[in-house]
Amino acid sequence: MASPTTRPGHDEVTEEPDESSGLGRRRFLTFLVAAPTLTIAAKIGFDAVSPETAEAVIPTLPGPAEILDLGDVLTLSNAATANMLVLEVMQSGKVRLQLPRCEVGQGITTATAMLVAEELDMPLSNVEVTLSDARPELLFNQLTGGSNTIRSVYGPVRQVAATARARMVATAGQQWKVPAARLSTRGGAVVAPDGRKATYASLAGPASRASLPDLVVTPKAESAHTLVGTPTSRQDARAMVTGQLDYTLDLDVPGAMPVMVRRPPTINGTVNKVNNEAAVRAMPGIIDLAVVPSGVAVMAETFGQALDGKDALDVTWNKGTVDGENNESIKKKLKAATLPFVVPPLLTQYVDAEFDFAMVSHAPLESNSAVADVRADSATIWAGLKSPIVAKQTIAAELGLPENKVTVHVQQGGGSFGRRLFWDSALEAAQISKAMKKPVRLMWSRIDDMRHGRARAASHHKIRATFALGQVLSFEHRVASAETDWGHGLGEILTSFAAKLPVGGNLSFAQTVFLLTVKSPYNFGVTTQLLNEVPLKMHTGAWRSVYSSSTRGAEEIMVDEIAAKLGKDPVAFRREFIKEPRQRAVLEKVAELGEWGKKMPKGFAQGVAVHGEYKSYTACLVEIDARDPKAPRVIRATIATDVGRPINPRGIQSQMLGGLTDAISTTLTAGLHIDKGLPLEGSYSQFHYARQKNSPPQVEVFVMPANGEPGGSGELGVPAPVGAIANAYARATGIKPRSFPINFPVDFEPFPR
Amino acid sequence: MPKYTFSVNGKSVTVDAPADLPLLWALRDKLGVRGPKYGCGINVCKACTSHLDGEAINPCVTPVSDVVGKEVTTIEGLADGDKLHPVQEAWLEQDVAQCGYCQPGQIMAAVALLKKTKNPTDADIDKIENVCRCGSYFRIREAIKSAAAKM
Repeated sequence: MASPTTRPGHDEVTEEPDESSGLGRRRFLTFLVAAPTLTIAAKIGFDAVSPETAEAVIPTLPGPAEILDLGDVLTLSNAATANMLVLEVMQSGKVRLQLPRCEVGQGITTATAMLVAEELDMPLSNVEVTLSDARPELLFNQLTGGSNTIRSVYGPVRQVAATARARMVATAGQQWKVPAARLSTRGGAVVAPDGRKATYASLAGPASRASLPDLVVTPKAESAHTLVGTPTSRQDARAMVTGQLDYTLDLDVPGAMPVMVRRPPTINGTVNKVNNEAAVRAMPGIIDLAVVPSGVAVMAETFGQALDGKDALDVTWNKGTVDGENNESIKKKLKAATLPFVVPPLLTQYVDAEFDFAMVSHAPLESNSAVADVRADSATIWAGLKSPIVAKQTIAAELGLPENKVTVHVQQGGGSFGRRLFWDSALEAAQISKAMKKPVRLMWSRIDDMRHGRARAASHHKIRATFALGQVLSFEHRVASAETDWGHGLGEILTSFAAKLPVGGNLSFAQTVFLLTVKSPYNFGVTTQLLNEVPLKMHTGAWRSVYSSSTRGAEEIMVDEIAAKLGKDPVAFRREFIKEPRQRAVLEKVAELGEWGKKMPKGFAQGVAVHGEYKSYTACLVEIDARDPKAPRVIRATIATDVGRPINPRGIQSQMLGGLTDAISTTLTAGLHIDKGLPLEGSYSQFHYARQKNSPPQVEVFVMPANGEPGGSGELGVPAPVGAIANAYARATGIKPRSFPINFPVDFEPFPR
Repeated sequence: MPKYTFSVNGKSVTVDAPADLPLLWALRDKLGVRGPKYGCGINVCKACTSHLDGEAINPCVTPVSDVVGKEVTTIEGLADGDKLHPVQEAWLEQDVAQCGYCQPGQIMAAVALLKKTKNPTDADIDKIENVCRCGSYFRIREAIKSAAAKM
């Protein structure tokens, strides 16, 4: 055992742990528990570190996220209502599941349809999954976030489908006077041993009326799954490629006319006075105009005319909430708010580094939009909503209507990446519809979506690692971030379950989320990861992978730098220090498939990184062409991912591909420049999200075979490629990346405010 | 208001509109043809990509008065009834779409490319500027190559 005998800051422990009895290790670990600021239930802590993982390295105790992560909390919060799912077996023989989640491209409708088809032994094409309207009786169980959909519905969807199957089998058994245990299901029908067959279509009616008091329902054993776990294409793909899929603004709601809003020149500015209302009302196609809290709404016969009308408005504005802020002033505030390290770099070698990450727009391609029809005594809303219950409650309160008079339809969204957790477009559409006394189709312009929409909060990172005798003794990460807005229902969930969370003290929602998501995959001795927030009244929000893309991305850069200091290869070093076998396995898989260590010409390099979250693990190996450090391109990516139990491996590959592209964009080119209280970027020509020419022509995503319960995958794919790309860039150019995106000039003429 | 007559997906249509109204809004708001999507309005994201007499155009910056007497093809007009275009088929095979919002434009751009370049190289495909915010670019590339091989 190569543990050092002196540990900076903790010199009261000097004995080697006793290998033979395990007692020494326990004392050693107890000490480590005491050192960090987090309180961890001791028993869980001891049990969670398996002895074989910690022979040669200094073990790091499990962080809170390894004991109970955000997804666990969401699942826990859903428990009371988890089985309140609506599944209908129709007389046509088709089965419809109403899913209380929002599809925004992550493939959850296809994955849950697969679960239903599997359980009912019927063709997938006969299963339809629709999105539930807001259902307040579900309490916390209608929030799409935290990479939690499959984790939280895997059991309940199988259970509800198994119940339907059991009822139909029992009904057929009653009709045929054959014990249910002797019947089977196949191809959407119940089959008797003598070959008699009753289709679900024929059983749907009788099964709904049958009295079946002794019904025993057990979902199919996972070992018997034939559809679940096989690569399957999206059910809604045909509608998408033929232009038939209805997004919010493709709906035909009678009388709902196009509306756009003129917004202030700075974030959260308000209307003081409209100076040319009559002139704008006289423009061709203009129907109506109304002042609302967010600006001036203009209704017209077409969106083109609404856009012209809003642009023609002359408005005197009141100040916003961050008028004096720009990227530099925010960076300065964040730097000042970064908490100090605990471990001084005495008597040891150490690496310190600081990192900055810019704000990043969610920028889903379908801009913020909603349809609203508000009447005197009721309201109906249509929008892509990931928190529809809180949206409904907020809108009802705003309109002064009882909640049950507000109907909120959840539409499939054109991308989200966290954006549609917020219902600001739905609320705004309701306000406008109320003010104009007409149904409205509200669309945000792209410029407004980027400037007044939500964004990942900027962050500053300070990391210190100390090491001696080839071992890492401590790893401290201090994050300061502009405040992330959690006011979409997640905060309430965390408050309700506070007593069950593995984090102590008086933490904010944000700090709690941080600790429930960010964890270190390595045995780096005393490890602490802490977040401090700076209140800035801007429109922030969780951006796919929330704190992990920056926090874990920066850590993976540090891992390469520590390895270099210790004279070790990045893959070999990680292999040695990684805690979990599943994490190590995905690393080894990408090293093999991606040909780690192969010779590259000058200006080219490989880079590698790993990440674990939501009970899933991934690793990424990229090759970069950085001959021009100002215009690098990732030319090849190899990703391996272990999500515990893949429902649809093809969908998981899609999610990892999306995470890769997000990482390429945010690491190399995409961010927002705040200037005098407003982002300068107003379109994709300025906010440099990757295009085809920035995307690697060679990508391989390997999905590891099932080995347990489903983990999350929606957000898993961003952090590892962030680290891998930055590491490849550093190896190719010799430039240590510290500020992201790496290439971030204002290379455009901003649109007028 | 002036009237403009042109053809959309094989059918003759006439709209009352100002001369400078972008074709995108004539299609979406006046004709109910909603396959072409708004993503930026300034010919940057290309989500509305459609064809004018067989050439790729972006209706968000094409005035309706410019298409008089011409043939506009949107994503809805690409398939032959129930029989999908080979590019649409390739999109299904590769399971390209995630949120799907940009895909009508991506497909129309790919069809236009394949019309001119039977066997596009990676460099040819790189020239397609349509934004896919879900980042499905690699599958788009594979689908274009697969469609090219079949066509």
